[in-house]
Amino acid sequence: ITEVCGAKRVGYFGPAQFYIALKLIAAAQSGFPVRIESIKNELPLPRFMALKNDSEVRYGTPAELHGVKFQVPHATLEKNSYKRTDEGDKQEPKSPPMSPICSPPASPSTYQRIPLSYGYGKSRSGLEQQHGAPYEVRHSTHQQDGPSSGNYGAKPALACSTLNRSLSAEREQQDSSAHYSDDPWRITEEQRDYYINQFRSLQPDLNSFISGSMAKNFFTKSKLPIPELSHIWELSDVDCDGALTLPEFCAAFHLVVARKNGYQLPETLPETLLPEYLQAASLKPMRDCALFDSYSESLPGGQQTRDFSWTEKASAEEVPDNSALLQDAKKGDKQALKVSTALKTIPKEFQHLTVKTAAQESNALKARPRSRSYSSTSLEDAMKKGEEPPTPPPRPQKSHSRASSLDLNKIFQQNTQAVRSGWLPPPPPALPPRPSVSQTEQVSEVELHPQMNRPPSQAEENSSAKKEVVLAQPPSKPARRKLRTEAQGLETPELSPTVNVTSSLPAVKPHLPVQKQSSKQKRAIQTAIRKNKEANAVLARLNSELQQQLKEVHKERIALETQLEQLRPVTVL
Amino acid sequence: ICSPQNYPLYIRSVPTENELKFHYTVHTSLDVVDEKISAMGKALVDQRELYLGLLYPTEDYKVYGYVTNSKVKFVMVVDSSNTALRDNEIRSMFRKLHNSYTDIMCNPFYNPGDRIHSRAFDNMVNSMMMQVC
Repeated sequence: ITEVCGAKRVGYFGPAQFYIALKLIAAAQSGFPVRIESIKNELPLPRFMALKNDSEVRYGTPAELHGVKFQVPHATLEKNSYKRTDEGDKQEPKSPPMSPICSPPASPSTYQRIPLSYGYGKSRSGLEQQHGAPYEVRHSTHQQDGPSSGNYGAKPALACSTLNRSLSAEREQQDSSAHYSDDPWRITEEQRDYYINQFRSLQPDLNSFISGSMAKNFFTKSKLPIPELSHIWELSDVDCDGALTLPEFCAAFHLVVARKNGYQLPETLPETLLPEYLQAASLKPMRDCALFDSYSESLPGGQQTRDFSWTEKASAEEVPDNSALLQDAKKGDKQALKVSTALKTIPKEFQHLTVKTAAQESNALKARPRSRSYSSTSLEDAMKKGEEPPTPPPRPQKSHSRASSLDLNKIFQQNTQAVRSGWLPPPPPALPPRPSVSQTEQVSEVELHPQMNRPPSQAEENSSAKKEVVLAQPPSKPARRKLRTEAQGLETPELSPTVNVTSSLPAVKPHLPVQKQSSKQKRAIQTAIRKNKEANAVLARLNSELQQQLKEVHKERIALETQLEQLRPVTVL
Repeated sequence: ICSPQNYPLYIRSVPTENELKFHYTVHTSLDVVDEKISAMGKALVDQRELYLGLLYPTEDYKVYGYVTNSKVKFVMVVDSSNTALRDNEIRSMFRKLHNSYTDIMCNPFYNPGDRIHSRAFDNMVNSMMMQVC
């Protein structure tokens, strides 16, 4: 057994080796041959009669802890079981492992998680010898706790797809050990995989999202009361767009699960359920898959390819983070990863859409996908992503928001031509009456203040300014009308130059990134629509007034001419 | 917040005494709101027209109105002694309300026309009211 589990090779019993050894012991005791493959079977707990006394006690308790997919309810049970160990072992009731440890993905049996006081990360599943090197320092100190760490629960096969426990363990290791252990709001790998499968059943494209109605039907099946489901939705739909991306869906599912297991819903979304966190978390383990060389066969084929595909794409960003992560502790690095990915994607957001390379796009997609999602499109994230910390620079809203509203239905990776073409058509058709909303604004402003701010820069027209201008319009309109008589004649030719000048601006707009959150965009779009309509109405009124005045002027002219003719014979005579 | 059919979807008042009086005020102000809406005449409703402004001032308080494009009405009653509240602030409050209301709408579990029980919305409203008082 010592040889098989690899302890002989590495020269010590690290946790990885230890777990394998224990499993092999159990296998041997159950009559299976002592081979690596035998640990894939579902094994009862190894019986260590000769070892410490309370190990039996401990091994008795895990029997209670089987059979449930979700580890949350076990928290209390496991806590009790741990408390019973009076070994003064270091696995303090810091608690109960959030999730059972799972041996290699192919194996249905799982180990219980060992609390982080051991500083374990990955080695729980015993297949992570390759991580032995960085961790051996930590682990070697805990070798003597071997027996106490053997609080295994051989869980029956989970309904969810098999998962690589090491991944979540690794993730756990990176996080602060302090509040990892019994955090019911932390999603384990097996849970995550289960959620992902469920997501797939609703929406095969993992990068896309589930619409509200589909999600509603799905979650209603959980038989939770509607107000609670409503609250769960509120918590999990971070970007408030009526659709759930994969991380949002995982968060929502996790909340449903927690609720069904008796946990009260939190008032705000726990940090571990935030989409950014979930995305980063799901990426990190994937990245570490690259390190699993000797045990790559243990990964299920499909998952592995997916992992590696993610790794490849994310490798550029993640590798530097990975090395950092491998070193020291835990949460700081995790946050650094988050922040670094966030930082990496922030500049990406600010780049022009047209300039982004495919690799960058995919990186941005994978690393920080879809915190924004639109029901009608599939890959909108980096365009719309609500990166909370950096407020996007105040874009020249109007034309931009309009264009962005048209881009809502465009796939993210469209080429520049498509994007530009998508943006340009709106301005030209509207050119005669109103090339863009900002144009309209300018036009109306020009009308009202003929001598002032000719082509006001687009940037100045933020929505509040617009509203104020707009609001100023109706009161000043009646006054302006009187002044307008001949000035209008001057203005109309002047309108066209301004129109031409500013018509070039919308062409420039496509280059500006669309960074606003969809709620702001909705507002902006609504505002833009209203502005357009109002301007339309204003222009129509103007038109009719001008026509009126034209008629009057005509009449006057005719009257004058007739007068002249009447007078002329008099003078001539 | 009143629905298009003029029944309340959400009512919240900060000083909880005299609450009934505020409810009554809101109810009576609905008439004024309807009058303003119908006076507009157009099918289009602007942002400018969404904010109805001061509906009517009484000796004690002022009533502000706001209507969304789907004819959901927001009515706000503020103390007249609170002179620090300017029009812009009222507008921004209505805007925030509107945004939060939109967020509620996005929730597929919310049926339009139901009472609003959203905790996030409550928090937002509370914070807004605390800010003012």
